[in-house]
Amino acid sequence: MIARDEVLHVARLARLALSDEEIEPMARELSAVLDHIAKIGELDLDEVAPTSHVVEVTGALRPDEPRPCLPREVALAQAPATSDDGFLVPSPQA
Amino acid sequence: MSATDILELTASAAAAEIAAGSLSAAELFDVYQERAAADRAAGDHGLNCFTWVAESAPEAVVADKTAGNGARPLAGVPLAVKDLFCTEGVPSQSGSRILEGYLPPYTASAVSRLSAAGASLLAKTNQDEFAMGSSNENSAYGPVRNPWDRSRVPGGSSGGSAAAVAAGLAPWALGTDTGGSIRQPAALCGIVGLKPTYGAVSRYGMIAFASSLDQAGPLTRDVGDAALLLREMVGRDERDATSLQFPHPIELPTAERLDGVTFGVPEELTGEGIEAGVLESFHAALDRARDLGAQVREVHLAHAPHALSAYYVIAPAEASSNLARFDGVRYGYRAEEPRDLLDMYTRTRHDGFGAEVRRRIMLGTYALSSGYYDAYYGRAQRVRTKISEDFRTAFAAVDFILTPTAPTVAFGLGEKTGDPLSMYLSDYCTVPMSLAGIPAISIPCGLSRGLPVGLQVAGSAFSENRLLDVAHALEGALAFDGSPARV
Repeated sequence: MIARDEVLHVARLARLALSDEEIEPMARELSAVLDHIAKIGELDLDEVAPTSHVVEVTGALRPDEPRPCLPREVALAQAPATSDDGFLVPSPQA
Repeated sequence: MSATDILELTASAAAAEIAAGSLSAAELFDVYQERAAADRAAGDHGLNCFTWVAESAPEAVVADKTAGNGARPLAGVPLAVKDLFCTEGVPSQSGSRILEGYLPPYTASAVSRLSAAGASLLAKTNQDEFAMGSSNENSAYGPVRNPWDRSRVPGGSSGGSAAAVAAGLAPWALGTDTGGSIRQPAALCGIVGLKPTYGAVSRYGMIAFASSLDQAGPLTRDVGDAALLLREMVGRDERDATSLQFPHPIELPTAERLDGVTFGVPEELTGEGIEAGVLESFHAALDRARDLGAQVREVHLAHAPHALSAYYVIAPAEASSNLARFDGVRYGYRAEEPRDLLDMYTRTRHDGFGAEVRRRIMLGTYALSSGYYDAYYGRAQRVRTKISEDFRTAFAAVDFILTPTAPTVAFGLGEKTGDPLSMYLSDYCTVPMSLAGIPAISIPCGLSRGLPVGLQVAGSAFSENRLLDVAHALEGALAFDGSPARV
């Protein structure tokens, strides 16, 4: 099973708080899924190229022309907190 | 026309009535609006299909009683749209608490296209949070119930869309499919669901789950409706660089026979793990295909049994990246009284996301983390290549592949929530096609224990026209009766 420290490390990377009671169940559930996933380790895939995109797309670039964007007040309208003309967030070091 | 008569109409038939002047788009809208609003008002006593229902018909529909609606391809016929499609000024929450009350400043391309073709927005449908789930039990807005049996799930993640169409609360609906999220709920609710070729429909404005897999598609009462809705959705959109110009127009299906068509049945997806009643219904459907003149032969998709493993690396990995944007800064929920910036991020995400979403973010972050990337993500992408190769080989020998859509009929609410892995197995037959990016449709093929069974037909990339034709012929022969669900 995945160690407690490892769960906490991954949670830090994911910017996800976990309460003490949530750590052990998370370790158990992740381990069960990872054990199932481990089956792909049995396949011989050394000579196989990875697929990241299934359909060939070429020339997806469009001309780089300026165009209107969302007005500032519309972009800010759904924010939990704003200050004058920007998003308001707490200080990185309180 | 009476409300009862109107409810009997497929969306295509309703559009034809409007075009002929025998039904007004406003009248049609009102019949469905009343039913959808009643379901929403009923709360837990209803099916809980919707997260938002329009209060009245859009002005364009009302103003345009005579020729105008009928002149447009979708004739003002109301459409239910999965919550995760952004709709300007209308709540778009992707089934999540973290987006509760979110009103997007723009509309998803798929929805805009359908509106331009004459669809009117009836409602937003309930779904598993961020489309992660196979039962619709992961919604922050409560589970959806299956209209065939209220104690059972409708499937997921497009569970609200599927249940609404099956129950006659919407003429048709828009869903999305990442690993089976259109096809599996369509199967469990006894309706038609199509996942198009990856890239056929723009993803712009769809709240992302796994970008290399997500595809929008129709959930409808019959194959003809699916073709009509798809026809108005496809096409290149410069705001989605992975979208493609569909190589030819989508046509409405007409085939009644299957002479000269060869179906392949993969042993790997039609044996172990599939419920006996589902297999029985599946084999009866194969007999109907033979009756229509089709050849049925065995094919092999040797890597299909590994598809689920690859999927549960790739999809969570992409989700962990896509969902990084939900941080309490620009929109949605923010935790109360944060100590500092990091505390705001971590508590907002803990409190805003549900358990399954947190689990998948953790899984994806783990799989992408330093030291594990090659063992998980790298290997999963190589498995994906093998799965595509298997399909290519199969399609050199047969025209289409047939499988059951889901391993079981609709299961009980709460039956699988305690065991994520058993829930993930619901997607066993649908995930391989998602990884290969090929189109697949689920059509109802019968009942087992009084509950619908889905037949999945999969074809090669961009074979939608032939796929719809074949599904149309099968649908005619199977003669499934969906009316018991339209309460």
